[in-house]
Amino acid sequence: MSPSPLLSAFRSSLSEAWASGAGVLLPLGFFAGTAALVPFTLGSEAELLSRVGPGILWLALALSSMVTLERVFQADLQDGALDLWLQDAGSISLIAAIKTLTHWLVSGFPLVLLTPLIGFMLGVPPEKMVPAMLGYAMGGLVFFLWGGVAAALSASVARAGLLIALIALPLYVPALIFGVQMVDAGMASPSFLFLCACTLFALGVAPAAMGAALRLAAE
Amino acid sequence: MLSYLANPLRFMRFSRLAVPISFGLGAVLIGWSLYNGLLVVPPDERQGGDLMRAMFTHVPSAWLCMGLYAALAGASFVWYIWRHELADVAARAIAPIGAGYTALCFITGSIWGQKGWGAGWHNLILGDSRLMSVLVLFFLFLGYIALRAALETRQKAARAAAILAMVGIVNVPIIKVSVDMWQTTTIHQPSSVLSIGAPEPRADDEGMNPIYLQQLLWGFAGHSLFAAAMILMLMRSEVYTQQADRHLALKLEGS
Repeated sequence: MSPSPLLSAFRSSLSEAWASGAGVLLPLGFFAGTAALVPFTLGSEAELLSRVGPGILWLALALSSMVTLERVFQADLQDGALDLWLQDAGSISLIAAIKTLTHWLVSGFPLVLLTPLIGFMLGVPPEKMVPAMLGYAMGGLVFFLWGGVAAALSASVARAGLLIALIALPLYVPALIFGVQMVDAGMASPSFLFLCACTLFALGVAPAAMGAALRLAAE
Repeated sequence: MLSYLANPLRFMRFSRLAVPISFGLGAVLIGWSLYNGLLVVPPDERQGGDLMRAMFTHVPSAWLCMGLYAALAGASFVWYIWRHELADVAARAIAPIGAGYTALCFITGSIWGQKGWGAGWHNLILGDSRLMSVLVLFFLFLGYIALRAALETRQKAARAAAILAMVGIVNVPIIKVSVDMWQTTTIHQPSSVLSIGAPEPRADDEGMNPIYLQQLLWGFAGHSLFAAAMILMLMRSEVYTQQADRHLALKLEGS
């Protein structure tokens, strides 16, 4: 298989994300806006904010994965790109993986870059910053991969947003738990290794499931 | 036996007899375990007094709902590999029954737990990892049903749902382990209602009072038979629906 379909998938989903308004500013604004809402909902006591802040950002990350994934495969199904990719036998899983990873890069990864800023704002202790960044990066990867499976399964459903959420949320549970624990307990804790294992597992299983689901959606 | 029943005709003949028998037997066994559990056995003060009688529905349904999700994934696997129509009919029938039993397990667990932690859903849900993983399982069932309902053709719905069920079953052990770890290492109370002040092992352990265990086993047998009867009934109605569609098509073609 030639690498060109993979490259074109990467480029097209990058430009899709860029074209939808303000480009990379959009997810940055989403996460910053969510963080700015936290003091309004919970009050501005410093101790409370530093304790719940990282958890709220986990929720924002999970939700952002579902918002952006709704259209990922639907657009390809409608403009025929999916049919073209399917003609190259065996590549569809890789293409699906590339597309989800690109979307993670565009709308999940900005949270990692913003973590020091938001963390400072919410008063998260500095020693938790690096575990939190690593956790958001890996946990986000897991969210986008399982969310991608849900999105691929419901690619031919018209308004699939809530359906994707219902399918994907139970699969988010392990990464969420291990990620939150890791931020609390630091990188020497077993939770860090468990989170790594979850990420690897999702990287191994989700692309195959997405491929099977996309093959079905194109029929 | 399964491959013998894979023939739809034989399946219909078998299930015509099996449904009323397992339905009746299941109802009798459930009734017997409930009668004993609610009226005969002495309440155990350490486990919430009379509230612990919820156990006789809670524990059998907890055993069943995990088993039903495994059965759902098994039927989906068989359908996905061998494309056997009855396997898909079975998967479709298992989903609502499984969702019902997870809901039953969660509700009875909540009732039982109410006293152990003092009233309040807060303690109840945050305190017990087992109830929490049942809740996650409930959402897995719901997602499966919703996906089936959302896709337009039968064939497509069956394939997508089968993929989802298989993805779900490889995740179920991970979810279980992660939720267990979450409960033991968080700041929330580590104790579970089953072991509050009790010197013996947890209530659903083999080491419990034999009077209770006996009723639990009767209840489990009864609920298994009852669930099987309901699944078979749903499968029969699905087969009849498909036959009716075919008859209608033939009739329209002839006229």
